[in-house]
Amino acid sequence: MKGSLGRLARIFLTYSIKMTTLLLAVSVISFALVSESPVDPVQQYILGLGTAVSPEQREQIEDYWGVDEPPAERYIHWLSELLQGNLGESLLYRRPVADIIGERFLNSLALMLCAWVLSGGIGFTLGCIMGMYQGQWPDKILKRICYIISSVPTFWLGLVLLLVFSVWLGWFPIGFSSPVGVLEEEVTIWQRLYHLILPAFTLSLLSFVNIALHTRQKLADVLNSEYVLFARARGEGPWTILRRHGLRNILLPAVTLQFASFAELFGGSVLAENVFSYPGLGSAVSAAGLNSDVPLLLGITLFSTLFVCVGNMIANLLYGIIDPQIQEVSL
Amino acid sequence: MEQKKETLLEIHDLSISFRMYHQGLEQKELQVISDLYLTIYPGEIVAVAGSSGSGKSLLASAILGLLPGNATVHGHLHYQGQELTPERQRRLRGREIALVPQSVAYLDPLMKIGPQTDGHEKSRSPERRRQLFARFGLPEETEGLYPFQLSGGMARRVLVSTALLTDARLVIADEPTPGMSLDQALEALGMFREMADEGRAVILITHDIDLAFEFADRVAVFYGGTTVETAPASDFKKGPEALRHPYSKALWSALPQNGFHPIPGFQPYPGDLPEGCLFAPRCPLKTAECTAAVPPVQEIRGGEVRCYHGT
Repeated sequence: MKGSLGRLARIFLTYSIKMTTLLLAVSVISFALVSESPVDPVQQYILGLGTAVSPEQREQIEDYWGVDEPPAERYIHWLSELLQGNLGESLLYRRPVADIIGERFLNSLALMLCAWVLSGGIGFTLGCIMGMYQGQWPDKILKRICYIISSVPTFWLGLVLLLVFSVWLGWFPIGFSSPVGVLEEEVTIWQRLYHLILPAFTLSLLSFVNIALHTRQKLADVLNSEYVLFARARGEGPWTILRRHGLRNILLPAVTLQFASFAELFGGSVLAENVFSYPGLGSAVSAAGLNSDVPLLLGITLFSTLFVCVGNMIANLLYGIIDPQIQEVSL
Repeated sequence: MEQKKETLLEIHDLSISFRMYHQGLEQKELQVISDLYLTIYPGEIVAVAGSSGSGKSLLASAILGLLPGNATVHGHLHYQGQELTPERQRRLRGREIALVPQSVAYLDPLMKIGPQTDGHEKSRSPERRRQLFARFGLPEETEGLYPFQLSGGMARRVLVSTALLTDARLVIADEPTPGMSLDQALEALGMFREMADEGRAVILITHDIDLAFEFADRVAVFYGGTTVETAPASDFKKGPEALRHPYSKALWSALPQNGFHPIPGFQPYPGDLPEGCLFAPRCPLKTAECTAAVPPVQEIRGGEVRCYHGT
């Protein structure tokens, strides 16, 4: 037990080092890209003020923002603020970036978690069905559906769902995370869930196909293995084989893939949130991009890097817990 | 050999071919087993000997009905006097007919040995398995290990245990002894002997010919996917004069303790089988009729041989 705790600590430490260096690299690259881009934060700031500014005032502002300093100096300045927990202030929302990220992330997390569970559940189940009926009609039909869904863009699918379920059928709200005209404090959890269903479903469509097709292939490999041949020789029927050997052997790759899909999920949430006007990180990042809100953009970039990294780290840690071969070897 | 009336398993004129893609989309039937015969009586161990590629392992799959989908089977398989249909194979395997597979690859890599050995039928208590493991010299903690933690010899003993735990009337053991120490191999074969003496039967597919001769009642010699001879095991101990087929004699002479004398040539490949007798190209007794047609099975001195010149 002590050994495995020590091992966990070691893995954790290695990951922290890796993650820190990655975050540093991402911060350098994104900072450099923003510095080189035609985005002018000063102009944006002034526009946001809503009043006219004299050239002297503008100079003052430029001085305050350090426009004339060399980029390296500005980067170091920004980084040192960042390390103290100051992500700066959003030009668009006029609030600290950290607050916006925190608030938006909760919304996004709810959405992504729902989509993640849905896509994992649906994908794994469909994958198992396809694998069991490989080459037969259930497999053929489901495979076609998977191919169609994976070749359709998410935002378009989102629009279609919105059109059918919200506009024509009126089953679900058109957008937002809570009803319009209701105070934040009065919104119930059911109302939030109700607003979540359609965007979450759209988002899950993005990644369940991947998991389904992958699971199908893995299951097919397992069913062709020698140990399944022996299981059949011992009189095990197809469903017993799935229960005793199939699930056990395909769970690990499916779980890994599921956690690795964090990145896709995050990318997909940008589109889904925009289509459904859902106030999450995804819609914030596109708003920040379109409105040249540099502090918010950089903040979200770093945050999403962290988010995806954590997903991958969880997948790697789970590997060791689920797969006894890896567990024993590393002990 | 005393003639028993009731056979447990009878195989006549068994042929197996695989549909393969030959060149591009052109399909080709690849004949891997041709005109094979084998009869098993209750209470006996029949050793199946022959070089690699002579169709020994395929025979096991054919009896159990576990050939891949692109295989075509012709011929007759009878179990306890009734035809062995695919439906019947499904019902019998694991219960009436048990397999001892070749290697650790036949064990689920992510399942612990204990539950894996017990199998999927819940009624089985671990007690009998523990006794069996003890007899095989497998340490108690083996049941908590995963297959990758076993040595080759341990894995074989576990595989043999899976079959011994069933009440199968017919056990097909595919190379059960390599990797075991002599003592363990003797123990395993001794258990097969006990099973046979209880009225069950064992097909022992093996390369350990010496051990097989010691424990088996009869030996079937396979060559190029067919049976060339079946003979009482005692004939193999007597020497080549007691054997009937020129290949059996050659096999005997090729054993290390009998002089290690190889004969020239090699076993024909599937898809490139000679006309007539499969052994004719290498046979010292070859005549014109050998290459004209496959020789029929003849009974000579209590054994069966597929040769025009069998003695």
